[in-house]
Amino acid sequence: MTLPPSIKKAVERESEGLNKSKSKKLLEETERRFREMSVVPAEAVGVISAQSIGEPGTQMTMRTKHFAGVTEMNVTLGLPRLIEIFDARREPSTPTMTIRLQDDVASDENKVREIAAKILEVSFESIMKEIVIDLLNFKIEVTLDNSSMESFNIDIKDVEKAMNKVFKKHKIVILKSGLIRLSPKDTKTILNLYKMKMKLKSMHIRGVPGIVQVLPIKRRGSWIIMTAGTNLRRVLKVPGVDPTRTFSNNIHEMFRVLGVEAARNSIVNEALGTLKQQGLEVDIRHIMLVADTMTLNGDIRGITRYGISGDKASVLARASFEVPLKHLFNAAVHNEVDNLSSVIENVMINQPIPIGTGLLKLVVKRDKK
Amino acid sequence: MVPKHEKLSKAKAKELLEKYNVVPNQLPQITLTDPTLENMEVEAGDIIKITRKSPTAGESVYYRVISIG
Repeated sequence: MTLPPSIKKAVERESEGLNKSKSKKLLEETERRFREMSVVPAEAVGVISAQSIGEPGTQMTMRTKHFAGVTEMNVTLGLPRLIEIFDARREPSTPTMTIRLQDDVASDENKVREIAAKILEVSFESIMKEIVIDLLNFKIEVTLDNSSMESFNIDIKDVEKAMNKVFKKHKIVILKSGLIRLSPKDTKTILNLYKMKMKLKSMHIRGVPGIVQVLPIKRRGSWIIMTAGTNLRRVLKVPGVDPTRTFSNNIHEMFRVLGVEAARNSIVNEALGTLKQQGLEVDIRHIMLVADTMTLNGDIRGITRYGISGDKASVLARASFEVPLKHLFNAAVHNEVDNLSSVIENVMINQPIPIGTGLLKLVVKRDKK
Repeated sequence: MVPKHEKLSKAKAKELLEKYNVVPNQLPQITLTDPTLENMEVEAGDIIKITRKSPTAGESVYYRVISIG
């Protein structure tokens, strides 16, 4: 077995100044220790990982929500979050992003706040005071909220621009006082009017769609932006954002935008972070093994009966996990064969399991004569 | 977040398969539609070498074979 390059480099650095025989000895000793430390062939690493993550899991808080201190945001943590990660749920229950900024921006609070304001989604609903459907004259009347418009730094011209885009054919009257009248052009049905009202309310004015909250915070001397709601693809393109260190806690989003390897890293980071936050130390190797398994076929599969556990080759192994009858019936219908080559099947039929010394088999090569 | 991805040449790929005594479908996979492969000239069956930064080993090398969709 060869040493990993990083260890080799470290040894070389240490042996600088030593004479040749000594440095050779050091390398040999390091190699010996390394071999001793490594996992032996046929060790059941998966089971050990499962136990190593499962046991601390029993100690985790069962409560779903926590106020995560300074961040002032309600983020799902603890066991529910861990389950979310390993099940590979499509959407996390609290989607958040951590946005890191380019070095020249990250130290300047004003610039950071500027970017944060640019990212935050402002919809029409958040800048209006009142919306009324006038059935007599077939109109929608809106009163804008000047104070909230000011706080978002939005001009009435921005509103006009956005409205002209969305309601091209309709008649729009915008008064300086912040009163907007919108009357539909053609079909004059109440349903139509109602639909327009809903459309107007959710109209996008500025920012990145999906980001409902932004929070610039200072961490270790430089500013980062935390968000509620995610839209990784769009945020990565915002000038000033460092695309290599910005991430979302939605693993599927990471997969879609940055690929499997980023998703794998994000599984490792999220799981480890969740455990750490609860004060539990699990060796990162266990989590890396799980993450590698979850991304094995280039997609993300959770450890559920629809994901990895449903993919096992053996009928009996699948049946032993969840919903046994379904698997047994289906196997019978499809005339499936079980080669009894894995662990669980052999436990069931009381045979030696192929782990450790049980994996080794004797093969005889007979002379061809 | 995204480690380095490179395509292995045919000769290198063969060498790798012989070294580990495996056939391509025993390797972990990466889909052809993966965003990291967007700007690379690759096709299904190619082997991608991924150099990860690992907190335990400093740098670790991983291989994925490209699968269809």
